[in-house]
Formats: sequence, C-alpha cells, structure tokens
Amino acid sequence: MAAVDQSKIRNFCIIAHIDHGKSTLADRIIEMTGLLTSREMQSQVLDNMDLERERGITIKAQAVRTVYKAKNGEEYIFNLIDTPGHVDFNYEVSRSLAACDGAILVVDAAQGIEAQTLANVYLALDHDLDVFPVINKVDLPSADPDRVAAEIEDVIGLEAHDAPRISAKTGYNVDQVLEAIVEKIPAPAGDPDAPLQALIFDSLYDSYKGVIVFCRVKEGRVRKGTVIRMMATGAEEEVVEVGYFGAGQFIPCDELSAGMVGYITASIKNVKDTAVGDTITDKNYPCEKPLPGYKKVTSMVYCGLYPADGAKYNDLRDALEKLQLNDAALFFEPETSVALGFGFRCGFLGLLHLEIIQERLEREYNLDLVTTAPGVVYRIHKKNGEVMELTNPSNMPDPTEIDYMEEPIVSAEIMVTTEFVGPIMTLCQERRGVYLGMEYMETTRAMLRYELPLNEIIYDFFDALKSRSRGYASFDYEIKGYQRSELVKLDILINREEVDALSFIVHKDSAYERGRRMCEKLKEEIPRHLFEIPIQAAIGGKIIARETVKAMRKDVLAKCYGGDITRKKKLLEKQKEGKKRMRQVGNVEIPQKAFMSVLKLDEE
Amino acid sequence: MKRPLELYLHIPFCVRKCEYCDFLSGPASDLVRSGYVEQLRQEILCQSAYYQGYEAVTVFLGGGTPSLLKEGEIAALMDTVHRCFSVSPEAEITIEANPGTVTLEKLQTYRACGINRISIGLQSADDRELKALGRIHTYGDFLKTYQRVRQAGFANVNVDLMSALPGQTMASWKNTMKKTAMLKPEHISAYSLILEEGTPFYEKYHDHLEALPGEDEEREMYYAAKAFLKEQGYERYEISNYARRGYACRHNVGYWTGREYLGLGLGASSYIQGCRFRNEPDLQKYSRIRMDGPEADEKLHLEMHPLTEKEQMEEFMFLGLRMMEGVSGSEFLERFGQNMWNVYGDVLKKLEANHLIVVESPRVRLSEFGIDISNYVLSEFLL
Repeated sequence: MAAVDQSKIRNFCIIAHIDHGKSTLADRIIEMTGLLTSREMQSQVLDNMDLERERGITIKAQAVRTVYKAKNGEEYIFNLIDTPGHVDFNYEVSRSLAACDGAILVVDAAQGIEAQTLANVYLALDHDLDVFPVINKVDLPSADPDRVAAEIEDVIGLEAHDAPRISAKTGYNVDQVLEAIVEKIPAPAGDPDAPLQALIFDSLYDSYKGVIVFCRVKEGRVRKGTVIRMMATGAEEEVVEVGYFGAGQFIPCDELSAGMVGYITASIKNVKDTAVGDTITDKNYPCEKPLPGYKKVTSMVYCGLYPADGAKYNDLRDALEKLQLNDAALFFEPETSVALGFGFRCGFLGLLHLEIIQERLEREYNLDLVTTAPGVVYRIHKKNGEVMELTNPSNMPDPTEIDYMEEPIVSAEIMVTTEFVGPIMTLCQERRGVYLGMEYMETTRAMLRYELPLNEIIYDFFDALKSRSRGYASFDYEIKGYQRSELVKLDILINREEVDALSFIVHKDSAYERGRRMCEKLKEEIPRHLFEIPIQAAIGGKIIARETVKAMRKDVLAKCYGGDITRKKKLLEKQKEGKKRMRQVGNVEIPQKAFMSVLKLDEE
Repeated sequence: MKRPLELYLHIPFCVRKCEYCDFLSGPASDLVRSGYVEQLRQEILCQSAYYQGYEAVTVFLGGGTPSLLKEGEIAALMDTVHRCFSVSPEAEITIEANPGTVTLEKLQTYRACGINRISIGLQSADDRELKALGRIHTYGDFLKTYQRVRQAGFANVNVDLMSALPGQTMASWKNTMKKTAMLKPEHISAYSLILEEGTPFYEKYHDHLEALPGEDEEREMYYAAKAFLKEQGYERYEISNYARRGYACRHNVGYWTGREYLGLGLGASSYIQGCRFRNEPDLQKYSRIRMDGPEADEKLHLEMHPLTEKEQMEEFMFLGLRMMEGVSGSEFLERFGQNMWNVYGDVLKKLEANHLIVVESPRVRLSEFGIDISNYVLSEFLL
C-alpha cells in the first residue's frame, strides 16, 4: 500500500465536563462516518478483519479510526482518541492529548463551563492542540447557547460565535462538526523517513497477542519485522503486527508512518514494559531523544485489600496479577493484618481507580473483599536522617524516632454558583484547605482555587462538595507536591485491643473529631456481645474518644408455633450467617463492613 | 397401634384486624365464611384418606377468631373431623375465642361436639391498652366471656396476655396479671409484643421504639411475670407459656417436640413424615383448588421441604430448648443414633461456659440469661 497522505488525516479527541455529551457525540461521529476508505475496501484488509473477528478480539474504545467523505469530495481518516474523564487519570489524559493534533470542546448549552471543562481545555492548550468548541444539547428547554457561546469567548478566549450548535442525542447539526474537524483540526506533520518516534498512549494485554500497544507515530515508520525499543523501559522486541482501530476490531495494515495512529504487537508479555508516555523507536535506526513528557506513574492512594474468606487469598493474588497485566498503575504487595489475616497493600492512582479495581475484583473474579481505609503516601523524615515513604499506617515508626512528616498536597479548582461559595469555602477550610483565590466566570458563577491535602479529599470530599452545593459544584485537582504537616497515627482499640486494620494517619487538629466519629460509627456497626465492649480512639496510647457497645440484653422470639417454624429458622439462619461475616479480634466479632463503613464519616 | 397426629384447623376470619397482628386473617362476609367452612370440610374429607394409620391426639381450631363462626359451622367442622379421623377419646381439643364473639349457645355447642379447651384472647386488662392494640373488646367484655366459658362447663381455659405494649407500665402489666390470675384459668400465655413487618404497628413504631417499653423494662416485665405467676401456682413450661400442673397445652408441646401435625385450611402448615409443607395461603386460589375437586389437591401443598437428618437435629435442639425442661441427650441418641455431645459438644461447652445453658445430664436447658438472648443461643445449633 502506498504511503498514506498526511493531509487527509485528522487526529483528535473530544474534551468535555462529565455528562456534557462526550460519548454521545463520539457515537454519532462513528455512526455518521465509514469504517474504510474506498481504496481499502478493495484491498485484502477485509479478509484480515474476518480473521480478527473469528478470534473474537475486541478493542476497548480508547481509539477508533473512521473514514469521512467531506463535502469537498475528499475522503479523510479520522482518528478519534478517547480520554479518560477523571482526575485520577490526569497523566493518561495528557498522553492521549499528546497523541492528537486538535480537540473538540463540548460544552452543555444549559450548564455552560464547568471545572473539568476548564481543566481539560488548559491541558489541551498546553499540548498545543487546536481546540474548537461545540455547543451541545441545544434541544433542551433550558438551553441558552448564546449565553454559553459568550461564556466560552469570555472565559476561555476561544472563538465561539460560529461554534456548531448541536444535539448529539438527535444528531442535529452533527454534520457541521464533521466539516469543522476537516477544516479546523490541522493535519499531522512529521517525516516518514526520519528515525522512528512513536508515543505510547495506552496498552492492553491480550492473552493471544501479548501486549497491544496503542501509539501515535510522530516521526518515521514502523512495520512488521521492525525491532523496536521502548526508550524509558528499555524493552526490545520484533514487531509482529501493526494496524489501526476499526469500530470494535483491530485491523492489520502494512505499516504505520508519521502522522498515523494505530497499534503494534510484538510478543511483549507485560504492560509494565510499555509504559504510557514512553517513546518507541527503531533499534536499528534510533532517534536521538525521546518525546517529551514521560513520567513514571506512581500510586497516590493506598489501601489494604483482604479476601473476606481467608481461603481465597491465592485467588485474590491471581486476580490482582491478571489485572496488573492490563494496568501498569496498579501496585500490590503482600501484607498481613492481625485483624484481617493475609491480604495485599495496593496502590492506586486515586480513589476512582481504587473503586474500579475493587469492583472488577468483586464482579469479574467473584471475590468478596474487605477494604481498609485508603490513605496517601506520607513522607517521614527520621531523626537519623533516613526518609521513608509510608503507605501503611501500621508501619509508622515510633513518634520519638520521627523528626517531621510530610503529606501530599493538591491544587484544586472548584467551580460553583455564587450562592454556594460560602458553604464550599467552609468545607475547604474544614478540610485544611489554603485559599488561593477566586475568579468570577460571570456574575453568577465563580471558580475557587485552593490547596488541599490529598488525604482530606480521597474519602468523601466529592460527595460533601455535591451535597453542600445541591449538586452544582464541580471539581478538579492536580498533585502539587509534598508539604510538612503535623500528622499523628490514630489507633482504634476494641475491647482494649488495638485493631491494626483500623489505624489511620490524620492531621493532629482533626484527630479528636475523626476519632470521635470513628468510635460512633463503629458503635453502630459492631453487634452487641455477651459482654460490654469499649471502643476507643487513641493517639500514642492516650485515649481521646470512647464509646461503648452495651452487652446483649434481649434477643428472644416470644412465640414459635407450627406455622412459624420454617420462618423462625430462617431468622436464626440469618443470625448465624451474620456471625460468619465477622472478623474475630480478641473475643470480639467485628462485621467486615465495619472496616469499610468508617470510610464515610461525613455527617451529611 | 396408630401413629399420633395433631390436627390444626385454620379459620382465617376475624371481626377486625388488630394493629399488631401478622397472622393470615381478616374480616369477611357471612357468605365467604360459610363457603370457606364447606371447603375446609371437603379438605378434611380428602386429606383424611392419607391418614388412616394415624390417631388424632390433639385438635386445635385456630385463627383468626374461630369463635366468630356460627355454632352450626363449628359443629359441622367437628362432625367432619370425628367422622374422617380417628380421634383419641382423651384428645385435647382447643378452640380460640375472642371476647365479643362468644355466646352461651356457641359454648354449649362446642362442648357438645367434643371441644374441651378454650383459649381466650385478652391481651390486657387495661382498656386503653386494648384500644391501642386495635382490639374490639374491653376488659368487661372479657369478664363476661370468661364467666360464660366456665358456666358452659369448660375446665381447661387459657388466657392470652401481652407485655411490652405501647403505654404499658410495670404497674399496669402487674395489674393485668393479677386480674387474670384471680380468675384461675388453667393456662396463661404471656407474650412480649413483637413488631412484625407489614403490620400497622410496625409502620407506627419501628422508627419510634422510644414509644414502647425499652428492652430493660421489657425484661423486667418478663421476670415479674415469671415470679408472680409462679407465686400463683403457674409453672413456666415454655418461654412464654405458663400452666397449672398437668395443663400444659399438649398441642403446642407437640410442635416443640417434633410430633407430626397436619394443618388444614388456608395457609396452614404441616409436618408429616419428616417433611414440612404449607397450604396455599391465597383464599381465591384455595377456593379454586377445592372447586376442582380431590384431584387438584396436589396444588394445595406448597413449599414441600423434606428435612435432612441435619435439619431434624437442628430443629430438635432449637425447638426443644424453647421448653424449660430443655432437651434430653438420651432422646437425641434414640432418635438420631448419635451422641448429642459428639454433634454439639463445642457449642454446648461454649454456651455452658457463658452461662447460657444449664447442663443436668442427660438434659440440657436454657438458663435465665439464655432465655433472654435465646435467638443468639439457638442460632448456635444450626449446623
């Protein structure tokens, strides 16, 4: 096949605040364009595609290639690259953006600009992408496209008077978007004869093909037989196959050259070798230096994951290993808890990432899990000069050995209607936020900027934000760095025994309040026993809060006659079943959900 | 010798549903009631064919309010029972009656058709408490009923009482017991109120438990009942049942000792040859089955569940321990061919160490504290 005409390629992504219609627009674009160019239709590609179909390999929707026949009569190849929509995956987002030449900004015609809209636009502009706006949901009764167009021009500074006003849902005016992609997104540049430089923006593990690398070729070319080298990880392999992304299929092709987006397989065994952001080059014709922007992903949030049934430890390990094949950002190592037995300390990009993994373990691998309170990575500077990174509160050294501690800080942007500025500022202050400033977007909306400790936002900050703004506030953050902080380890004692899985690190000013609420919550969760159970919160052996679970007093069925027996037995069975789902600590049985319910302590 | 069998006849009708009641029962017209009685007689007739090797040692007409039926209807039912089943001459035959539905004529008819025990629902001697429960009668109405029952010659009478009622105090509870004991019934059932889901009481109180006596107070009422009734000559033979010597309810004791029983009528439960099942609980469906004749009988029995030996052991323990004399290791051995201590050794030792059971070989029974938290104790016996 002859070299692809770069001027007919458009590599772009769609950026939007959550629920503004990003995926609906993507669906519509895919629907209204074709899978293949007319030239490709006649080639052998179809046969190969059938083969792929037989193997049943499907792509996750990270990227899709479609063909659009423009009004000027020319056929254009669209590579639509998906960007994850959550701050946890900020780095992945930035790599996906780096694979594009332009972006469509979708703004809801009723809601206007939100925190994520801005964050994403800035990120896109940072990557020198050409951004053009689209105003979506104009069919809604509350739509006000004129106001939103003005807002886009005022706040972001993008030309918006001729922005397509569309309804992605009904398809209204989406044809204008397709034309705008051709006109406003620049064609890729890059020299196909230069040394290979391809950016990895995603990868996935397939048991049949090994790792499938998703990349954007910036310079040079790659084809079957090319020996490639991942510049950061150093991994080298011979390419087995290259191709691009049909709707739902991998479609092999002869080569990927500068400007193209596609995939490479090379019998790579582990996604760790194909880190997102790394540069692929040709071992025998290498480029001088990698593309800018590579960062090693680091886990920001840690928690303990334990099988509810201790016998499932090996199953949990196998499941984590399998997930890790596809998710280089997932970290885990074995850990033992007195209360919970054998499990794993796991590291995640953020709380959403944690929840996704937890959900996949439970759904796809059918595991019942006990999760301990998530925490961030603290830096401990010991008096002997040693610096340690603390991911598990149980490993905190004796306070006398500690010189000082540091915790991760984020800079956050919160967009909110002006009536809720007060409550949101109060919330940020409660969470130890440092006020950086406020800007008015328009008369009714403001953007608050705060520095917040990460450990204050990982549990329930988002929920609290929503409830205190009746759902109107939106939020975005990025990690800024570490900052010295007065932190203490809060221990929970149940019946005078410390429960390691319940310990956590907290700022000393919030320790009393958190300790009190933990005790209250645990009091609700721990069933009554034959004896009274004190629940205490302590810092370094000093008790700061206490609650008591009273001894069991009464639990009796007044009557049980012929017709009741089956029913009453079910009741007893339920009681017995409840006992099974308990963890024995000393002579107290703690329900497994108690370990998790303490994560949600906010009073609202 | 014939196998002993208990018969239960369900009469699902009452004047008005009480606020706390979750039994299968409700008001119905004369026509519906008399139609039901006919259908029940048919069921007795059809079912009895399978029980010719049995002898009925107890019969219990429960409800609902069976005394709501006309005397002729009760007589017809009992006539059918006597004609279809072999009924032991010493059989205990009970009918439940509620004040306000009982006339002397009815009582005389009951006597004439072999009924020898009456269970009267009083619940409380305090008219305000009765009103709160949604009962249709006053304490005065009860007194008249009780006198008529004695006048008709019944020598075995039970009175049902309830504690832990909304507005009830220790003083009013003691007063209720005192007024009841003065009448010297042979048997007293004293239940603590249970909020059953789906009842108006549940809706009203499950979020307002503070309106009910607290659990400490409830236990105090329970202890007071035991002490007072003992003083009056009543022995507590089951968690909530008290009787003068020799007057324990044989029918109910049968439930707790694994005796076979056949439930007849709407939604009635049975336990026959190690198998538990219950009748269709929907009145229309029940009627339809009866209309379709004896061939449709197989549709009558639902939730057919043969108990495994493991389940039989569990029931032996958790039902037997409801009775104050508890369970006997030798009976366990006789019934299951296994030593109770081999099967339940760990549980028994643990419960004994926690003073929840009392072991007096070969018997094991609940301690006072064990009764208070008997659900916890009994659930331990599920294997």
